Amino acid sequence: MTQKKKIIEIKNLHASIDGKEILKGLTLTINAGEVHAIMGPNGAGKSTLASVLAGREEYEVTEGEVLFDGVNLLELSPEERAREGLFLAFQYPIEIPGVSNINFLRTALNEIREHKGETPISAKEFMALVREKSKIVELDAKLASRSVNEGFSGGEKKKNEIFQMAMLNPKLAILDETDSGLDIDALRIVANGVNKLRSDENAIMVITHYQRLLDYIVPDFVHVLYDGKIVKTGGKDLALELEEKGYDWIKHDLVNN
Amino acid sequence: MTTTTEKKKSDFYQNLTTTEINVDSKDRALAEKVCEQAIIPTTKNEYWKYTRLTKLTKPKYIQQKEEIGDITSFVIDQDAFTLVFVNGFFNEDLSSKNKPSGVEFKILSEKEALPPLQATIEGALFTAINTKYLCDGVELVFKEKNQVKTPVQILHIIKGENTISNFRVLVKNERFSEGQLILGEFSEGGKTKLSNIVVDFKMEEQSKLHVDKIQFEDEETFHISTENIRQKKNSQFTINTITLNGALVRNNLNFEVKGENCESNLNGAYLLKGKQHVDNHTVVDHQVAHCNSNELYKGVIYDKGTAVFNGKVFVRQDAQKINAFQSNGNVLMSDYATVNSKPELEIYADDVKCSHGSTTGQLDEEAVFYLRTRGISEDSARELLIAAFIDEVLDMVQNENIRTFIDKIISARFHQNI
Ligand SMILES: Nc1ncnc2c1ncn2[C@@H]1O[C@H](COP(=O)(O)OP(=O)(O)OP(=O)(O)O)[C@@H](O)[C@H]1O
Ligand SMILES: [Mg+2]
Repeated sequence: MTQKKKIIEIKNLHASIDGKEILKGLTLTINAGEVHAIMGPNGAGKSTLASVLAGREEYEVTEGEVLFDGVNLLELSPEERAREGLFLAFQYPIEIPGVSNINFLRTALNEIREHKGETPISAKEFMALVREKSKIVELDAKLASRSVNEGFSGGEKKKNEIFQMAMLNPKLAILDETDSGLDIDALRIVANGVNKLRSDENAIMVITHYQRLLDYIVPDFVHVLYDGKIVKTGGKDLALELEEKGYDWIKHDLVNN
Repeated sequence: MTTTTEKKKSDFYQNLTTTEINVDSKDRALAEKVCEQAIIPTTKNEYWKYTRLTKLTKPKYIQQKEEIGDITSFVIDQDAFTLVFVNGFFNEDLSSKNKPSGVEFKILSEKEALPPLQATIEGALFTAINTKYLCDGVELVFKEKNQVKTPVQILHIIKGENTISNFRVLVKNERFSEGQLILGEFSEGGKTKLSNIVVDFKMEEQSKLHVDKIQFEDEETFHISTENIRQKKNSQFTINTITLNGALVRNNLNFEVKGENCESNLNGAYLLKGKQHVDNHTVVDHQVAHCNSNELYKGVIYDKGTAVFNGKVFVRQDAQKINAFQSNGNVLMSDYATVNSKPELEIYADDVKCSHGSTTGQLDEEAVFYLRTRGISEDSARELLIAAFIDEVLDMVQNENIRTFIDKIISARFHQNI
């Protein structure tokens, strides 16, 4: 069997904010073609992990290493990480009045292309791409051209995140509670959209609290993040077990070990 | 209301020669008196509270004629009918020849007599100086019932060490007339210059005028503008003041809304760097009922720049059913940037809708981060956010040529400054 390509290798990651340690030695490897679900109680550090990987400067990495497709991720600025193919769909996407979705995506796409030594995308090609990708998540064409998330409903904001993911075609997409705020139909649409973007070349980290999303985006692995560490890893059935039993049994196991 | 502290005599205009233009005799007498008193307003004077005139009043100014070779870089709208003034004097050679119909112009020095000024001279030193030492200027008349599609573009260029330009524009919109005016205020070399510009706008019944004023003088130019707009009923007046450079810029904008069903729009955008100082002082005086005024000023201040905004809206006792909106927003790009923002409403009528507000803050760092996570560099992210902020005002400039001219300057600015 040929060895799968490693997309990201997180080794013993420690990170703190305002002097408080949140990630306490987190280790995780994701290979090309895989979907990993990260579950865990509120405040466990899931969004912190996403933020640290995306390069949010408020966090201080005190120990550990992250290799992204072989590159030392932690040395890169947020924009360099994005250009290398990392994408974060935010748990709480912000509104940016006055900056049009389309305009900023075009700037983003061109900066990424420049980084790869490619020529800028033509206006025509770009608009074709917008049409194609907005269909994937059934994002209203009008929303695509409005200011970033301004006046969008909660669900529309989440769709817009996945639309951006589709436009930028990342190697690793981190979806932080993309399911929260979506109605039943939207959940199915967005999840199917994500599935369409899956390939053998890329990987997805899905942070979620609910099994429901994982019915659509079926994970290869489910990890439990608790108190800044991955404390349990299993297959897709682990999510079902968590849904049924909650997290207490894991906390209990931890104490008893 | 002059206090003793204001009675600081200065001779910064004593080397000037009295104008030979036939300004109104009462205006002249009043101007003589105000200049004689030589009271330089200090920051103790409420009207000049945040703008120090010390540097501006140091040089001994002179009026002088200068030649310029080329105006290409000053042309804001290449399709407009252009009148060029250098140091306040008309330059016929550089001006357009084919005047559009429906608008007439006359150089002030060629007029038998000037009408009395709308702007107040009493207690207003710079307007008095402009009157007594007037270089030259132009009278523009948009003729009755004419819609003039071609914009009229007045380019003023100041040049040469210690030059003062006392320049005046008198605009009259006759009944049912419609026009567009571009005021371009530029400079071309020379230390410590002063542009002292007075503009009167007379809006007759049912007339309409759109003014875009672009200020792009160098860091060696002080600038005082005084614009007075008098509106009769059913008239619509819009002015966008875009300040892109200068050393010290003071814009006094006074609206007297004297007829019902008028619309008054005043917007401003300013981008400051270095030690620049830009002060927008506006007064909208609603004297009668059923009128709307909209005021939106926005600025981005880098380095040690200082922005001042003072906007007064008066609603007189009889002026019912007034909608007056006023807002000022500022983004500070450095820890040393300063803003003094004072929106004021004085309302004496009871059935009015008025709102005003002022915000000053930094760029939203969360938004910067969000854009960066999409692959956009930090500089581009800031540029996008600044553009988004200021575009709300720039979008009021409807003429594409003008917008292109402004965007070029702003974009050049981003790429050397940030
Ligand atoms: N500036 C800060 N100072 C101190 N603690 C902080 C700071 N910011 C976040 N935290 C803490 O870090 C912990 C982890 O937060 P994080 O957002 O990563 O949790 P999460 O696992 O995503 O939770 P949820 O499921 O609710 O989204 C929380 O206890 C939070 O209060
Ligand atoms: Mg979270």
